[in-house]
Amino acid sequence: MKGQNVSALNIKRGSTSHSAYDLRDPNAEIIESHTLAVVVDNESGVLARVIGLFSGRGYNIESLTVAETDHARHLSRITVVTTGTPAVIEQIKAQLGRMVPVHEVHDLTVEGPSVQRELALFKVAGKGEARIEALRLAEIFRAHVVDSTLESFVFEMTGTPEKIDSFAELMRPLGLKEIARTGVAALSRGV
Amino acid sequence: MTKAMTGARMVVQALKDQGVDVVFGYPGGAVLPIYDEIFQQNDIRHILVRHEQGAVHMAEGYARSTGKVGVALVTSGPGATNAVTGLTDALLDSIPIVVLSGQVPTFMIGTDGFQEADTVGITRPCTKMNWLVKDTAKLSGTIHEAFHVARSGRPGPVLVDIPKDVQFAQAEYTPMQRARTAHYQPRLKGDIEAITAMVEMLETAERPIFYTGGGVINSGVAASQLLREFVEATGFPITSTLMGLGAYPASGKSWLGMLGMHGLYEANLAMHGCDLMINVGARFDDRITGRLKDFSPNSRKVHIDIDPSSINKVIRVDVPIIGDVGHVLEDALRIWKARGRKVNKDGLAKWWKQIKEWQSVNCLDYKPSEKTIKPQYALQRLEALTKGMDRYVTTEVGQHQMWAAQFLGFEAPNRWMTSGGLGTMGYGLPASIGVQVAHPEALVINVAGEASWLMNMQEMGTAMQFRAPVKQFILNNERLGMVRQWQELLHGERYSHSWSESLPDFVKLAEAFGCKGLKVSDPRDLDDAIMEMIRYDGPVIFDCLVEKHENCFPMIPSGKPHNEMLLGEADTQGVIGAKGAVLV
Repeated sequence: MKGQNVSALNIKRGSTSHSAYDLRDPNAEIIESHTLAVVVDNESGVLARVIGLFSGRGYNIESLTVAETDHARHLSRITVVTTGTPAVIEQIKAQLGRMVPVHEVHDLTVEGPSVQRELALFKVAGKGEARIEALRLAEIFRAHVVDSTLESFVFEMTGTPEKIDSFAELMRPLGLKEIARTGVAALSRGV
Repeated sequence: MTKAMTGARMVVQALKDQGVDVVFGYPGGAVLPIYDEIFQQNDIRHILVRHEQGAVHMAEGYARSTGKVGVALVTSGPGATNAVTGLTDALLDSIPIVVLSGQVPTFMIGTDGFQEADTVGITRPCTKMNWLVKDTAKLSGTIHEAFHVARSGRPGPVLVDIPKDVQFAQAEYTPMQRARTAHYQPRLKGDIEAITAMVEMLETAERPIFYTGGGVINSGVAASQLLREFVEATGFPITSTLMGLGAYPASGKSWLGMLGMHGLYEANLAMHGCDLMINVGARFDDRITGRLKDFSPNSRKVHIDIDPSSINKVIRVDVPIIGDVGHVLEDALRIWKARGRKVNKDGLAKWWKQIKEWQSVNCLDYKPSEKTIKPQYALQRLEALTKGMDRYVTTEVGQHQMWAAQFLGFEAPNRWMTSGGLGTMGYGLPASIGVQVAHPEALVINVAGEASWLMNMQEMGTAMQFRAPVKQFILNNERLGMVRQWQELLHGERYSHSWSESLPDFVKLAEAFGCKGLKVSDPRDLDDAIMEMIRYDGPVIFDCLVEKHENCFPMIPSGKPHNEMLLGEADTQGVIGAKGAVLV
């Protein structure tokens, strides 16, 4: 009964959304995190349209960064970190790719090595030993002091989201008051 | 260098340049400048509707029956919000329409001005694309871009929101050729290697089937021609979704009828038992697949679709082909012929033998009655008496819609207009007017249920005013039939609010609108009444009193696979489990 099994592996480039993703088990139920770079027209409403896709179709957004990156061509780059099963991630990319104002969709997680960075500001209040300890740790993490009073510091730090998480954990007992994070910006490595 | 003109004049000029001959609309404060321009010209006909939802459905009916882009014009605030259902309907069924909406002047946006609504915000999820134009210099270019987006790739609805001050201000007109279209050019040609892979598969398949959908219709008349040629040449059986009826003729020898929840037994069992499924412009909708886990378990699947997001969305396929149906079929036919027109003759002969057995079950059989009109009988008579006429059919949503799909035969594309994806009750009457406006000489019939029909019955006024002789063929069971059927099967026969009380007298209603009303309850009077309806030169409301408790079969209960169909009342006891009951 069962016909010859033609898997997605044999399908040539151009015939499908064809990413390295098709090499995986499409039925896997594992939840994965992917960083997508989406190049869009820098026009009002475009960000709302992209975000609306995620909320409307029940996809997750872990992190979102957007700014104009090409003034002459009027383009913005949206970096979005999302989670889902392999099939859901494929669907997210296809849904993004077919939107009229979307020019390119890149899955930085599968398209090769990439660098991911986030900027964060931490307000830490404290006196005495805690204050000194905070400063010392900041030095280890290469965080800069960008504001300082007698009772508080604001540290600025760039790094991977994990690095920012661990710095925040360390600062918590030392008087962490507030954190502001930009969300992830990412680029593929090499040319 | 073209001369400067007002934004309002630009709108009319851009519509003319796009070849628009009719606009369905309703005026209001925020579109008065555009209406002033419409008043001063004769190239574009304006059809004044009674409610903006009607305008959008009319534009849809116009678009579905002509293959052109339909246009609706509405005012700000409530005008725009009333258009939302129609926009969503067009989005789900991939119908190209352009809705132009007025907006409060730019300097008032955000102040909660009179009749202000965040129209682009509200319509963003129900349009393929929308624009708020804040600068008159960009207005005509945006309208041209809107038409391009609506009709290109997978077609769909778009909306252009135009503040009133933008309509008054002057700027230079951007002609169609200079509008921005390069950024949106979906690929039409399919990948040749993938198409070749499909051809190889169909050469050896023992139990192949074509499963076609609205994408064939949207691709144009040539795509339907290619499909017919392909089906005839291979001798493969073909079934179609609700949206794709007419692409292959109902009288064709390979036709199995519609598939899906209320599709034909032979079509569904062939889908379940095939070893090669060729999906041409359909999208594995849940009305088609039933329980996903058991959907056509032993087949290899090919999926031709212009929208990459349709591929592997719900059903994983073996050969995806992204491209326009017409282009892909053309290449496939060429390659198949060049390779020697091979099919698996022995396998096919056995397959057809099996299919004939399924066909002999005669799944559309129903218990006839001499006393009451069975809805199926009414449609059989309608079919018999109108077949061969220049006929277009629209429907509302419910049992009557499914019976119409089962009992009416369509020989050509663009002849069947129904709300498939969204299931919009109230679609059929305005859609029939849109069709009639596009085809003034044709016989346009809206097959309706009384409950759906009431949802937009105000549009009879439009039909009268613009002399659109639409025939409203209402199968009146004084029930919300499909709701009632589900309550019978799923909710212990507790018929919660599924009857239509205080119905109007449809004949008097027709007289009140100034058109003709007919009422039939005896099967023996049916033929004469249908002929009277057809012959009457004007709109008709046909009140066909039918059996009140007839259920629509065959039926695949929700949560069940194709091979667990119900064929009639006897099959219905306790068939839907708790899991199925949560599905719609």
